[in-house]
Amino acid sequence: MQIDFKHNQSAHCENGVVSNLMRHNGFDVSEPMVFGIGSGLLFSYLPFIKVDHAPVFTYRVLPGLIFNRFAKRVGVKVKREKFKNPIVAKERLDENLRNNNPVGLQVGVYNLIYFPDEYRFHFNAHNMVVYGKDGGQYLISDPVMEHTTTLTEKQLEKVRFAKGAFAPKGHIYYPVAFPQELELEKAIVKGIKQTCRDMTAPVPIVGVKAMKWVASNIRKWPNKIGAKHTNHYLGQIVRMQEEIGTGGGGFRYIYAAFLQEAGKLLNNNGLLELSQQMTEIGDQWRDFAVDASRIYKNRSAESDGYNKIADQLDAIAKREELFFKTLKKAV
Amino acid sequence: MKKNEVPQDESKLEKANIREMYYAVDENGEYTTELSTGWDPKTIALDNAIKQIEERVAAAKEKVLKNESSPLEYYMELNKMDLPILASYVGMWKWRVKRHFKPSVFKKLTNKTLQKYAEVFDVSVEDLQHIKD
Repeated sequence: MQIDFKHNQSAHCENGVVSNLMRHNGFDVSEPMVFGIGSGLLFSYLPFIKVDHAPVFTYRVLPGLIFNRFAKRVGVKVKREKFKNPIVAKERLDENLRNNNPVGLQVGVYNLIYFPDEYRFHFNAHNMVVYGKDGGQYLISDPVMEHTTTLTEKQLEKVRFAKGAFAPKGHIYYPVAFPQELELEKAIVKGIKQTCRDMTAPVPIVGVKAMKWVASNIRKWPNKIGAKHTNHYLGQIVRMQEEIGTGGGGFRYIYAAFLQEAGKLLNNNGLLELSQQMTEIGDQWRDFAVDASRIYKNRSAESDGYNKIADQLDAIAKREELFFKTLKKAV
Repeated sequence: MKKNEVPQDESKLEKANIREMYYAVDENGEYTTELSTGWDPKTIALDNAIKQIEERVAAAKEKVLKNESSPLEYYMELNKMDLPILASYVGMWKWRVKRHFKPSVFKKLTNKTLQKYAEVFDVSVEDLQHIKD
């Protein structure tokens, strides 16, 4: 069985699944719109949690939040199910496919065979849509891939029941109820307000305060933990910022695309102007990544380089602070 | 970033026939998307991370060969895991898994427990007990 489902590639998996499922149900919502309304943009630094032997740096909100906020703000009801037993999980998936309902799935990346080895880490918050079954093969629409692909029953079970942090536990989700008409205007304003609040929050682990904290740590790390660890941490920052799924510049470009679309929809020229500024901020993040990668490529331990990128990060923090204060007043 | 500035560098993704999507502006300042084969700064970051893992695997192997640790630690590193992840896969407490890293304790493990680890690492019990040089 195969459901007539249109696969659109996206930058980020969660936005992509939501956007594709919405389109399947007759609502044309772009990836940036999902990301913006779902308040996906963030910066956060969690030095006390280690992943891959480095602290957690993130440029987006926690997995699942984007869809939940988006759904709530536009009035879509989402059904979510998790399972203990893989057999029940498989039956429920098959049942949905028989009912012509494509479903979103949370999966682990480590056993995802169509990803190159180098990309297979124990990361459990990847998202995809299953839209049919052909013999023993599930038909997969993975939003970060150009084309659809397939997985065997066993391969799919393995990724659905990956273990570790954020273990998916066979998690499936799909929208079940929609409003008569999608009213994006109010949802956009809500989404923007929340992002402005998060980014300027008076706590050290999120938003511009967290960026400043990272910047000050970059200055200290070389002496405190040595060049090797510092470089590993910097590499982690660059990967979280630029790796597949971010759309480039730590999601800042996707957000700029959202502001442009929102500005047109709301007839708000201020947002169009701010979209341009966000693009420039994205460019600044890219420059930061270039200079950071130069340090660990050359393995030069000159503290000058570290101070220079810390300065860059401080400058970005300052700019984003002003940006989000202005954005808040623009809607 | 302009659409024509979206990087098209060589990468591991390219080899697997994957291109990723970027958001960028066209010549009229309108947002659009463009596919990219890769970008050097992040390839360097990824290579660095992989090198780090390889070093960890090599260090773990040496420890096992010197009988300072059990092969479980080696296979854990080889599978890019850490203690919490491995414990969660075998369904045991972390302290228990850590105890199994002791060669003396590892030697006394029951076949059932060994089987559990072997399944997680996708190797035979034989391979689990004797890592190859």
